[in-house]
Amino acid sequence: MNKSKNTYYFKKMNLRTKTLLIISLTALILIAIVINSFFIEASSLTTNFPMRNMPPSFEHIFGTDWMGRDMFTRTLKGLGLSIQVGAFASIVSTIIAVILTFVSRLNKYLDSFVNWLIDLFASIPHLLVIILVSISLGGGLFGVIIAVGVSHWTSLTRVLRAEIKQINTFEYIALSKSFGKSNLWITGKHFLPLVLTQIILGTILIFPHAIMHEASVTFLGFGLSPHEPAIGIILSESMKYLATGAWWLAFFPGLSLLLIILIFDLIGDNLRKLLDPTKAHE
Amino acid sequence: MILKGENISFKYPSSDNYLIKDLNISLKSSEIKGLVGDSGSGKSTLCKILAGFKKSEGEVIIDGVKKTKKNIFNPVQLIFQHPELTMNPKWKMKDVLKESWDVDHDLIKEFGIQESWLNRWPNELSGGELQRFAVLRALSPKTKFLICDEITTMLDAVTQVQIWELVTKIAKERNIGLLVVSHDKDLVKRICDDVIYLEEINNN
Repeated sequence: MNKSKNTYYFKKMNLRTKTLLIISLTALILIAIVINSFFIEASSLTTNFPMRNMPPSFEHIFGTDWMGRDMFTRTLKGLGLSIQVGAFASIVSTIIAVILTFVSRLNKYLDSFVNWLIDLFASIPHLLVIILVSISLGGGLFGVIIAVGVSHWTSLTRVLRAEIKQINTFEYIALSKSFGKSNLWITGKHFLPLVLTQIILGTILIFPHAIMHEASVTFLGFGLSPHEPAIGIILSESMKYLATGAWWLAFFPGLSLLLIILIFDLIGDNLRKLLDPTKAHE
Repeated sequence: MILKGENISFKYPSSDNYLIKDLNISLKSSEIKGLVGDSGSGKSTLCKILAGFKKSEGEVIIDGVKKTKKNIFNPVQLIFQHPELTMNPKWKMKDVLKESWDVDHDLIKEFGIQESWLNRWPNELSGGELQRFAVLRALSPKTKFLICDEITTMLDAVTQVQIWELVTKIAKERNIGLLVVSHDKDLVKRICDDVIYLEEINNN
């Protein structure tokens, strides 16, 4: 009785309320994971050899690894780290994208230069750029964040540049110039509010890519150092034990990573529904 | 003061024919001049050229000086036909109004703009209401010439009369040169001291 009443309420909600509910719930999950990972101490990840290579049970729902560490705790810690790396990397990407977009507005030579730069970076496979930059910066957390950051700004820059070009043709920009406003003033007051939603959405949609690439570059051994409990490290270590039948070592961390990425996509899509005026009617 | 367009020629890059060819036009302070032309004859293009929004061959001269510097208030102000395109949709109306000059309260009242409109977004007002803002915004003390490009075409008769009465009154008070551009001959004849026809001055 009670359950059917609840589903009735969910159906009765309008799309805006539903979207807001989805966004806040998923955001809550992500924040909980990050905050939780701060409180996971090294002591809960100590080796426990009598318990090693245990398949999933109620005590260890993700099983234990070859040193008897609880895989659930390790996965949570790894996810927290991945989300942090993803956050920093997408912020770096967004900053690069915004700066390049407004540089491209200054004159047509800089515009062609930015366009060329976008084509250049977009034509090299992401993973290659990440590995190159990460190694040249000495690897580690800093190297991975910068590497993922400098390889993911292209799509957002392209969107913003197109948007800016369109806004440039509007009459209120020409009028603002004829009111004697400087280029900087027009950029800040006219352009920025108009592209702000694109910037926010772009940042969130870079997120899943950033996490994915962080994990893959770490998996390949060019990213975070092996003592850090990153998902990529967990996955690459578990490869050695897969042949012995320890499938849970790779399955659960991989699945959780996939879920986190799907959650980010969900947030991005729902936010777009709220913020994008062309989709307001949906 | 006198606004002069000398030997103005304009063609679109994709076209071989000139839309406007060797056109000469002049507008004196406190003069109200009408410009009549058919649809597509280049009225709006000429307006944009005179206001400095579009580049063309030939010269636009204000009081003997050729080109105004950047980042200063343009003494030639242009009002467009569609006010909703001339306002940033993310700005409130009070910011839209304030962008060009500090509009005094008496004038806001005189234009029939209600205080409550100032806190609204542009898409919450009607075309006639928005056009009042657009006209008022262009009437800065620094404005010497005002080009009205079909500004009342989409308004009802009462609003048309209100806006034109105010604009002509203020133009006379401040010695603003007014160029009324329209395809409506009756309107132009009623408001203006002098009427010119675009096809007569255009040599294309």
